[in-house]
Amino acid sequence: MALTTAPDPTRRGPGTDRAHAERRGPGRLRHSEGLAGYVFLSPWLIGLMGVTAIPMLLSLYLSFTNYDILTPFSEVEWVGLANYERMFTADPSYWHAVRVTLTFALIAVPLKLAAALGVALLLNRAWRGVGLFRGLFYLPSLLGGSVALAIVWVNMFNRDGAFNSLLSLFGIQGKPWVNDPDWALETLMVLAIWQFGAPMVIFLAGLKQVPTELYEAASVDGAGRFRQFRNVTLPMLSPVIFFNLVLETINGFQGFTAAFVLSNGTGGPVDSTLMYTLNLYITGFTDLEMGYASAMAWVFLLAIAVITAIFFSTGRFWVHYSDGEDR
Amino acid sequence: MVAVTPTAGVPTGPAPTARRRPAGRPVLRLLILVAIVAVVLYPLIWMVGTSVKSQEEIVNNVGLLPERFTPGNYTAGWSNFDVSFGRFFLNSAMVSLLTVVGNGLSCLLAAYAFARLRFRLRGMWFAVMIGTLLLPQHVLIVPQYILFRTLGLVGGDWPYLPLLIPQFLATEAFFVFLMVQFMRGVPRELDEAARIDGAGPYGIFRHIILPLSRPALVTTAIFSFIWTWNDFFRQLVFLSQLEDYTVPVALTLFIDSTSQSAVGPMFAMSVLSLLPVFLFFVAFQRMLVEGINTSGIKG
Repeated sequence: MALTTAPDPTRRGPGTDRAHAERRGPGRLRHSEGLAGYVFLSPWLIGLMGVTAIPMLLSLYLSFTNYDILTPFSEVEWVGLANYERMFTADPSYWHAVRVTLTFALIAVPLKLAAALGVALLLNRAWRGVGLFRGLFYLPSLLGGSVALAIVWVNMFNRDGAFNSLLSLFGIQGKPWVNDPDWALETLMVLAIWQFGAPMVIFLAGLKQVPTELYEAASVDGAGRFRQFRNVTLPMLSPVIFFNLVLETINGFQGFTAAFVLSNGTGGPVDSTLMYTLNLYITGFTDLEMGYASAMAWVFLLAIAVITAIFFSTGRFWVHYSDGEDR
Repeated sequence: MVAVTPTAGVPTGPAPTARRRPAGRPVLRLLILVAIVAVVLYPLIWMVGTSVKSQEEIVNNVGLLPERFTPGNYTAGWSNFDVSFGRFFLNSAMVSLLTVVGNGLSCLLAAYAFARLRFRLRGMWFAVMIGTLLLPQHVLIVPQYILFRTLGLVGGDWPYLPLLIPQFLATEAFFVFLMVQFMRGVPRELDEAARIDGAGPYGIFRHIILPLSRPALVTTAIFSFIWTWNDFFRQLVFLSQLEDYTVPVALTLFIDSTSQSAVGPMFAMSVLSLLPVFLFFVAFQRMLVEGINTSGIKG
């Protein structure tokens, strides 16, 4: 790759950057800047190649082999599409994990965002205690992803846990929710929803950007609270909703820690918490089927890319940008 | 310290005099908020309460607070395994602090190049960097494990290398992006003035960008510490010897021992493991909340 950047008179465009460059003048300086650019970029470039791109390509290759981490590369056998075939046609636990992950994301993400938006609306009115509440609501987002909190959660929804004692106040007989295949995943969803603080903070920032004149105009036109919410708040907030939706969905697909702690790394009870990433971990690091796990990782990456693309292509039908640009 | 001032961003448009008075029933609103706070904080208070309950009370008293204060769980938990929790905490602190250093240094260098320097293919590399933002770490872990194992670094003399090498190579694109966004707010006139004084790209970095990027560096440091401290997946995959374990990996050992007697110590160590994050929260609450604002929205 050539690092020399000779001045190029044909690439003169508008914009301040270009103007700066021209004022700077002689080619020698520009040359040194081009070199400096790559000097400063070099750690990132080495990282991109060394620990991201090349390993990813290697794992793409290994996904067509029977690699199991113990055999040396020279003895690895090419198996063609066998791993992918097995994944899609002959591995019920793979599809089970896909179902568990989708169920988790489809239920937990909308509820989490609804909670975040609801609380943000409550907090939005300028008023003195808002900083304190905002901080307290945000705290679970900092702690919730840890092993420690997952341990607490599992015990809270256990037979002798705090949740059942709460139910018994209302005369309801509880059960060990985390050991019940019908309820274990739900307790993890509650843990995810409990961490509504991070999207809430983003919603709050978005709400602050909604011009108050719009509400005034709407109320002059006779719009009540609900109409104002539907016709002013929601459209003005749609870019932020979109941002949170994409981010939380991608995060939701990757839930690992809590499922690992709840099931002690097995995905139990009866595979009810076998999230995609947990299944991937078991395949690659417990069963040591690295070739197969590589295939799973690649399909996961493609699935996330496709889902993100779907979000962006449907976004233009409901996301409203107030600068009039459709992105 | 908890900040009470409500304004987060710079309000666009007319002055906030137009801000509406709390309409409706402020008391009702406050009651609802307090109820939500109670639900949100309940698990945390219950955790702390349980950590000081005796074994007998853990089974019979599921209330928030113990009838008899039993700090013994902490000493029991501390030395519950063959290796003491002190070692696990040291390991975690070392990994987290070195990650902070690595992320701060390498992301700052990359961000300066993207934000300020003109070089060939900059646009393309920037797009690639944004693309890696979307790469899930669970996808990267399999190839990285294969790589580091092939290099003999997994379970090597110093088993933390696979955890730390990527952090010194600016692979956390989130922080690169955060710093690029920050540097774009530093006036270019400062660069210009330094250039007139004869400074080149390195001088501008050293004398203008580095000192002015301190807020972005602090945000990066706090978030990379907390995320690394809480991270489980990578540490679980790369650490295999008990004495190398970090706190999250060590905590899962409690789950293996199915005996009820470990619950108190397990809760005690869970509380201790969250303490650093909690202290960070108390000290930097405002910065954390605003950090995710600025990095999250200005896209």
